Amino acid sequence: MNMLAEAAVEDAINRDSARTETVKMQASGVNVFYGEKQALFDVDLAVRKNQVTALIGPSGCGKSTFLRCLNRMNDTIDICRVTGSITLDGEDIYDPKIDVVELRARVGMVFQKPNPFPKSIYENVAYGPRIHGLASSRSELDAIIETSLQKAGLWNEVKDRLNEPGTGLSGGQQQRLCIARAIAVSPEVILMDEPCSALDPIATARVEELIDELRENYTIVIVTHSMQQAARVSQRTAMFHLGRLVEEGPTGKMFTNPEDKRTQDYVTGRFG
Amino acid sequence: MSGAAPTVPEPFDWSSPQAAARRRRRYAADRRLRIYGLVSVLVAVGLLGILIASLVVGGYSAFVQTHIAVEFTADPENVPAGDPTSGNYRAVITNAVQQLFPELESRSELRTAGDILSKGTANMVRNHVVANPELVGRSFTLEVPASDPFDQLNKGVIDRNLPEDRRRVSDFEIGLFESLEARGLVSTLFNWALFVNSDSRFPELAGLAGALVGSFYALLVCFLVSFPVGIAAAIYLEEFAPKNRWTDLVEVNINNLAAVPSIVFGLLGLAVFIQLFGLPRSAPLVGGLVLSLMTLPTMIIVTRAALKSIPPSVREAALGIGASRHEVILHHVLPLALPGILTGTIIGLAQALGETAPLLLIGMNAFLTTPPGGVMDPATALPTQIFIWADSPERGFVSRTSAAILVLLGFLIVMNAIAIHLRQRFERRW
Amino acid sequence: MTGYLFLVILALSLAAFHVGRTTAKSFVSAQGAQLHSRPVYHGAFAAVWVGLPASVLVVLWLLFQDTIIDHLVLASLPASMTEGASASRLSLYISEIRNVASGRIFTEPSPEIRTAAERLQSWQAIARWAMVVVTVAMMVLALYLARARMAPGFRARQSFERTLDIVMIASAAVAIFVTGGIIVSLTFEAMQFFRLVPLQEFFFGLNWEPQIAIREDQVAGTGAFGAVPVFTGTLLISAIALLVAIPIGLLSAIYLVEFAGECVRGIVKPVLEILAGVPTVVYGFFAVLVVAPAIRQAGSMMGIAISPNSALAAGGVMGIMIIPFISSLSDDALRAVPQSMRDGSLALGATRAETITRVLLPAALPGIVGGILLAASRAIGETMIVVMAAGLTATLTANPLDSVTTVTVQIVTMLIGDTAFDNPKTLSAFALGLVLFVVTLYLNVAALRIVRRYREKYE
Repeated sequence: MNMLAEAAVEDAINRDSARTETVKMQASGVNVFYGEKQALFDVDLAVRKNQVTALIGPSGCGKSTFLRCLNRMNDTIDICRVTGSITLDGEDIYDPKIDVVELRARVGMVFQKPNPFPKSIYENVAYGPRIHGLASSRSELDAIIETSLQKAGLWNEVKDRLNEPGTGLSGGQQQRLCIARAIAVSPEVILMDEPCSALDPIATARVEELIDELRENYTIVIVTHSMQQAARVSQRTAMFHLGRLVEEGPTGKMFTNPEDKRTQDYVTGRFG
Repeated sequence: MSGAAPTVPEPFDWSSPQAAARRRRRYAADRRLRIYGLVSVLVAVGLLGILIASLVVGGYSAFVQTHIAVEFTADPENVPAGDPTSGNYRAVITNAVQQLFPELESRSELRTAGDILSKGTANMVRNHVVANPELVGRSFTLEVPASDPFDQLNKGVIDRNLPEDRRRVSDFEIGLFESLEARGLVSTLFNWALFVNSDSRFPELAGLAGALVGSFYALLVCFLVSFPVGIAAAIYLEEFAPKNRWTDLVEVNINNLAAVPSIVFGLLGLAVFIQLFGLPRSAPLVGGLVLSLMTLPTMIIVTRAALKSIPPSVREAALGIGASRHEVILHHVLPLALPGILTGTIIGLAQALGETAPLLLIGMNAFLTTPPGGVMDPATALPTQIFIWADSPERGFVSRTSAAILVLLGFLIVMNAIAIHLRQRFERRW
Repeated sequence: MTGYLFLVILALSLAAFHVGRTTAKSFVSAQGAQLHSRPVYHGAFAAVWVGLPASVLVVLWLLFQDTIIDHLVLASLPASMTEGASASRLSLYISEIRNVASGRIFTEPSPEIRTAAERLQSWQAIARWAMVVVTVAMMVLALYLARARMAPGFRARQSFERTLDIVMIASAAVAIFVTGGIIVSLTFEAMQFFRLVPLQEFFFGLNWEPQIAIREDQVAGTGAFGAVPVFTGTLLISAIALLVAIPIGLLSAIYLVEFAGECVRGIVKPVLEILAGVPTVVYGFFAVLVVAPAIRQAGSMMGIAISPNSALAAGGVMGIMIIPFISSLSDDALRAVPQSMRDGSLALGATRAETITRVLLPAALPGIVGGILLAASRAIGETMIVVMAAGLTATLTANPLDSVTTVTVQIVTMLIGDTAFDNPKTLSAFALGLVLFVVTLYLNVAALRIVRRYREKYE
């Protein structure tokens, strides 16, 4: 990976330095339990605004679990229990006063496998704005859909067949449709759980480009298995291992000069 | 919408009152759906509760029967010592009733008093004397079942406080019965007759023995036919059949047969087994054959599922050491799949046990006072007996119908429990 | 007699097995030959060839013996008796002859009947002995032939396995034979019916009064066979049943899959399974004893006269019967929707209810519709509940408080008691049965196809 990764890392460092570093989400002392089993141990992590934060680590290290804590998707699992605090713009999202429906609209999510609903492309994107009542008229809804599809880089491919089923698109298109669907509710943060693992390399490149573009308007947290991908798209990287946050820092530093031995072993491919 | 530059809506204000109101509405809808669901579940569970409760409330009293201890004298005048079978037992009973109520004089009053005892008393006494010939000329006491109205009176189904013209027993009859009660001759015993006797016109004598035997024979035939045929068909379809139109047709057929209304199988049985082959009506053989045709699709489906659950590695291992495909199935796959097959068989038989409509069409709803002696004799089955009793007007049959249903449900529960036990005991995770 | 014969067949098969095995072993010990198949296969080969054809023969013999003898006996009756006699007349002769032959004499039989009865008896005896002799002879011959084929190189295993294949294919074909048997027998009897009653009267006539005389001396109506009121009654009761079952079944499935905790599911699912396992005769009794009186009472409290056999009572109880059916099929359909659909919707900030109504139900719709079609087919074909709780007279009405009758009720009433296969009353049951079979078959095929296509979509 080295030649490629180094170039990407360099690039990332350059991009990084230009940014202001406002903290969008802050996790402190987060523990997650599945029944008796503890999946995350005391995680402290800041997600910075308009940056891409990559979560890396070997399988089962808790990175996806952590991601799902950020928009409380873990609530849907009966036996899952979360302690500690996670804030969004300084507000604790696990506060009972917080409305999970609103939270998930503000913190969107894209999944590992493209999961368009068995509806038309239009309806897929319109779903979120409809349930949240974001558009007051049909033309407003049309505008939201067009913008979202454009931002997801899908508009030109699908503008003539908005009424065809979303499941009929190719894998990469489906994933971008899911991204458009998430964008349509104008979230502040977008969580991506290995969004490219089910895609071929060309579709992956397209989605990675897209992620970089989206950074302009959104804060992005991405879980990835691919070190190259983390290096290519992210500004900051957090390394998880066995349910603990091993190390977190600017992507460039994480890949060139990690402090922790485990990170070094992992990014150089000794395990994982 | 194409063409015009998209106008980006203002960032949504989540804290606006409209947003809050909308959120409240959405949560209310959420709660509503949850409540509708919960109510539906409660309705379903509640209906089962009402069903069971109505059966138990209606049926438990049929498991006991009011008996009256009567002293009979088999005087040689009425019962010849040499031939007790041909005795005049009606006279014996009349004498016994006279003894019970010495104060009664008119014949009609005596007859009324005699009606407290079951109509089957004469038979009971005769059987008792024939079994014990040394009783001729002596007195003995028998617990005789009370006839239906008095059984109901004793169980409190007939309200003694109602005006006389609105109940089935007169004040005079109640007086007689209460005098028996006062003398401690009335007892409520477990109703063995329900399990020992066959059908009868008199509720107090009616029992399920004939129906149980009939159901047993029918299920036996059903098992003997559907088990081997079902397994053979399932093995063929799962392990040997080539994928072609012919086997597709068989598969579609089996799935459809599983959903054909049971009464159509009854029509088939009537037209083919009885009309064409001339097999006897009402016979458990025909009933069993019809039930086996109905059970066959279930048998095939569960056997195939059981075979499918055996991993291919078992087959490959046996094939690898040179067993023929038939040997692999017979020696390895089938024994491993057997618990699953048995579970399915029991569930299939339980379904067959409750099946009524086809048995009605082939005449297994005859009125029969003796259990069948074999698969060719006329018989009833448990569900058809329930149907017959449910149609009978006597009050005593209402509770007996409920009791018979409880017996049927009891059998079904036992069969299903065995099936579940088998499944848990032998279930293997591969 | 027959039982003993089967025992003889079993014993001879076991003997043949033994003979086969010892013969094969003797090849090894006497000639030191290398056997192609193990001795046990030689035994199995012999046993199958001795037992199988003999068993088939006996079964066929038993099935056809009575019919053939009956025909022979009838043919031997003097022509004066049989000429021009109707089929029911002839079957009366046969049953009288049978009764006389088995000693159940109610009235003094005519001399012709008496001689026919004696003939019947002697022929039956001959047939029984002939069956035994032929069967045993066949088995001995089979054993001889099997023994003759045995040799060290004889492929006994292949031969045995080929026989097994034939048995298995025959078993699999039984399903086809059953469907074929249903179609042929129903069509045959229905054609007889349509020879007596014109097709258009049956399918378009509005008057159903089938209680006509089967015997000359019965008092009965003149008869009308317009089945429309029967069909509408069936549809009315099924519709009521579905109206009860679909909302309750679907909503409980939704609750169980999407809302309920493990614990609630653990209680409710078995309860629904029990509801599904309750025999329909029990539901029928429940309808008569509890539901119909309750509905009548409620009606009289509101001042409405409700028939004791109201369609509402029968349909309502049928609905209860179908609840678990719809619930379990909807349950399966909802469960088959991938978790990622739920996650996708929830992650967009949808509530549970929105996820269910806007994503899960549309996605699961084919499965649910398939389940409803199967449930409808079940409601149309359900018999015991309506036999016990619905009416007998066919009225053309859409009022659920009236008494209506159904196809299955009519089939049962036509066939309980006297039947005569040349009388339109009896035959009309088969015509109704054919309609019932065709309609339910259509619903089943459609439902199974929808469900299967739906499963494939998510697998």
